[in-house]
Amino acid sequence: MIERPVKLACRHVWKIYGPHPQRLLAHGKVPTLDEIRLSEHVGAVRDVSLDVVEGEIFVIMGLSGSGKSTLVRCLSRLIEPTGGEILYDGEDLLKASPSRMIEIRRHRMGMVFQHFALLPHLTVLENVAFPLEVQGMDRLAREARAREVVQLVGLQGREGNYPRQLSGGQQQRVGIARSLAVEPDLWFLDEPFSALDPLIRREMQEEFLRIQRQLKKTIIFITHDFDEAIRLADRIAIMKDGAVVQIATPEELVLAPANDYVAAFTAHVTRAKVVTVGRIVANGQPDGIAGTLSAGARIEDVAEQVVTADAPFAVERDGEVIGHVTPAAVIAVLIGKQT
Amino acid sequence: MTLWRGIWAAVALLALGLTIFATLPAGLLGPPQSMQLPFAKWLTAGMKWLTDSAAIGPVTVKDLTRAFASVIEAPYKVVKVLLVDGITEGRGRRATTIIPPLSWVAVTVAAVALGHFARNIWLGLLAGALMTYLAVFGQWDSAMVTLASIAIAVPLGVLGGMAQGIAAWRWPWVERVLSPVLDLMQTIPTFAFLVPILVLFGFGPVAALLATIIYAMPPMVRVTIVALRAVPSEIVDFSNMAGCTPWQRMRKVMLPVALPDLMVGVNQVIMLSLNMVIIASMIGAGGLGADVLESLRRLNIGGGIEAGLAITALAVVLDRLGQAMSERVASVEVRKGNWWRRHPRTALVLVVALVTGALGFLIPILQDWPKAWEITTKPFWSDLIEHINVNYFDQLEAVRVWFLEALLLPVKRFFLALPWPFLLAVLTLAGWRLGGIRLSAVVLALGLFVAATGLWEQAMITVYLCGLSVVIAMAIGVPMGILAASNETAGKVIGTVVDTLQTLPSFVYLIPVVMLFRVGDFSAMIAVVLFALVPAVKYTAHGLRSVPDELIEAGVVCGCTRVQILRKVRLPLAVPMILLGLNQTILLALSMLVITALVGTRDLGQEVYAALATADVGRGLVAGLSVAAIAIIADRLIGAAAGRARARLEGV
Repeated sequence: MIERPVKLACRHVWKIYGPHPQRLLAHGKVPTLDEIRLSEHVGAVRDVSLDVVEGEIFVIMGLSGSGKSTLVRCLSRLIEPTGGEILYDGEDLLKASPSRMIEIRRHRMGMVFQHFALLPHLTVLENVAFPLEVQGMDRLAREARAREVVQLVGLQGREGNYPRQLSGGQQQRVGIARSLAVEPDLWFLDEPFSALDPLIRREMQEEFLRIQRQLKKTIIFITHDFDEAIRLADRIAIMKDGAVVQIATPEELVLAPANDYVAAFTAHVTRAKVVTVGRIVANGQPDGIAGTLSAGARIEDVAEQVVTADAPFAVERDGEVIGHVTPAAVIAVLIGKQT
Repeated sequence: MTLWRGIWAAVALLALGLTIFATLPAGLLGPPQSMQLPFAKWLTAGMKWLTDSAAIGPVTVKDLTRAFASVIEAPYKVVKVLLVDGITEGRGRRATTIIPPLSWVAVTVAAVALGHFARNIWLGLLAGALMTYLAVFGQWDSAMVTLASIAIAVPLGVLGGMAQGIAAWRWPWVERVLSPVLDLMQTIPTFAFLVPILVLFGFGPVAALLATIIYAMPPMVRVTIVALRAVPSEIVDFSNMAGCTPWQRMRKVMLPVALPDLMVGVNQVIMLSLNMVIIASMIGAGGLGADVLESLRRLNIGGGIEAGLAITALAVVLDRLGQAMSERVASVEVRKGNWWRRHPRTALVLVVALVTGALGFLIPILQDWPKAWEITTKPFWSDLIEHINVNYFDQLEAVRVWFLEALLLPVKRFFLALPWPFLLAVLTLAGWRLGGIRLSAVVLALGLFVAATGLWEQAMITVYLCGLSVVIAMAIGVPMGILAASNETAGKVIGTVVDTLQTLPSFVYLIPVVMLFRVGDFSAMIAVVLFALVPAVKYTAHGLRSVPDELIEAGVVCGCTRVQILRKVRLPLAVPMILLGLNQTILLALSMLVITALVGTRDLGQEVYAALATADVGRGLVAGLSVAAIAIIADRLIGAAAGRARARLEGV
């Protein structure tokens, strides 16, 4: 895999609520969960460090109250962290002045919200154009740009509607379009599909992946739904009690959970959904190769092809053949025999 | 539980025993002279210093108040020219009109257009009909004077309230400062506001306007804070993520999103302004309020009722329009074309105003409803009341005397005979029981304040009249609320009656009461009961209606009869809400009680009223603050009781 530059890094970020949060962190102390609780504070985010690289979908997964929403608001500095560093393209956001922060948010960040956060008094087009209006862009230019993104999310023809006239799925499409209007590099999505019906949620996930293939943003995606996380994520951070328990690809999480907590999440996951071809590759190049597969492809997506061909496939990584997979190996994953 | 029941029973018995059998030294009946503090003298001196010599640098307070007054006076004059005076040349009888004020036709058409804009043509026609009523029944000029005051007071009250509300939302310390001030403002009786304003600003429409604005503003501050807080946190987050500056965030996001809630506050400001502008006729507001006041003073029955009905008409117009505006859903269609196509109603009103203004010189009926065609109902009302008083005097008198002798006087004697340390001790105990040491300290401090003012007797008369009125209001209001909640038709009828009662300025209640029962405590009590009935009904009905369907279904499944469901399921669950209704009833009763000073009570209200007549700031404020202290004691005790009741139901 080619090393991509780190877009957003956070180093030892803390958010503690209570009467004297600073005291707990004074002189570089690292309080434990119990110390925080005993002093009548709440550790919403505890010593979180992570790197998000350019163009990846980084999912932060946790149950309610695990601190994932607080963490994403610290990353965007909607909430002032108690301590730590947040580096966006190397610049520490926590040291940025208010006007610098406004500048960064206006041009380089976008955010999608769980309950859409659309402005009820504005039409679809005006909502989408709002971030541009705030920047001071003139009406014609911002409406032209807004029409483009409305088209991107498939809402053309709805520009004149008000949010209340749209379904939940459509409202979130407006939310997505609005967050993309300023062409941000960094895209935060805070449980964007949690408020939607299961069928619509599925459809929106597809839509989201389609848009991402087209735009290749750096994405931080919050969810409490592990299935959603493994469907969308390049990498997942699992949070519990404000701390990150494990950061890994979906495949690693399932195959090598860091502790029982993570294992409990991954236990029910269908292996074929996360295991990649590269994981079951065998050495050598036998005769009668039926085709070529990418090492990063998930078993679920190639299983039918391999099994119906009833012949081995060559496996490539970064354009280089690294071995082959046999139908038997694929079937073993499908029936959960081998991991 | 049982222990406390025993304690309260003992306290009640002791109270009865003390008042009936014991002969107490005077020092126990009223607080002794030695512990009274000359609050009134201090306040008067403070006020004198403020008006005579206080200054910030070279600017004296007097200059400030004058400057302030002129800021309000300028727009008021403009509106008054538009609605009442027109532009004239010359004086007295030789005055000639150059430009007339807006004709009655134009104002009526404007009311219709506003109704149509806010909801539909039916509301427009209702508003138009009521305005026509004002013209036909000869109340036009007074009504326009009142309307002019409201047209100035409402925007200023709304803007001032919003500015404070925004500041309180933005900076928590502002809210910490404002909150107790607002509490006090809402419990100080209206009359008490008038005294210092009278001293600072003199007698006249500007002082009255200022009193109106100050009185109507606090709810707007509260509503603004609540409305801004109610904006979903995600929307606030979004506005920050979009890179809004604080100003952009407020103007483009917070205020538009909060607008529907803010409109509720605007409606409240309108109704409170109307109420106060009528009362402020005491310091020279003029208009319909002055007509009522005049009639009350001269016992001019017909005139009083006529002006009262005119106020009612105006109140209904303002209330319905205000409510419709606050519920109005922004129309989706945007009209295209030139200005008058986009604003057809505004254009129509302007054309009518100009045409009737111009033609008014030729056809006077378009400008002013002719005096000869005015219908006066004065004789009708006078005859009716006279008829009642002549033919049913004995019956009315019997009712009055019965109430006085069986109810009012014994209760009054009881409260006057109650030793003051005993009453304070009971209140403190209740505070401790309901809300712990802090509440008991607050109650004790406020009680001691009242004791130290030297107005103990007046305070006890206030408490007795208020208490009795509240008991009667609850006795009528709660069953009405139960009826409204259990029967749909009854609910609608009662709802309409209650809504209309609520829109009426407090002054209006005095008119029929005085006509039938003349002056005195009994008349005051009836007026107070009528005025304070509304929350008793509304909160009871609301409390019963908001019992979850599931629980009622559970009751039905258990085989409860309707009566059992009411008694065993709905009423117990509605108790916290009914207690809040009781709280509101007490506060309204106190505010009305002060106004009944006009019909000759001898309580704290009379003290304020007398102070108003002599412009005695200290006396007026001390009596007003005493009323506020009583109101706060009642409010905190019952609020704590309601909180406990709710906590018990929800198992917190």
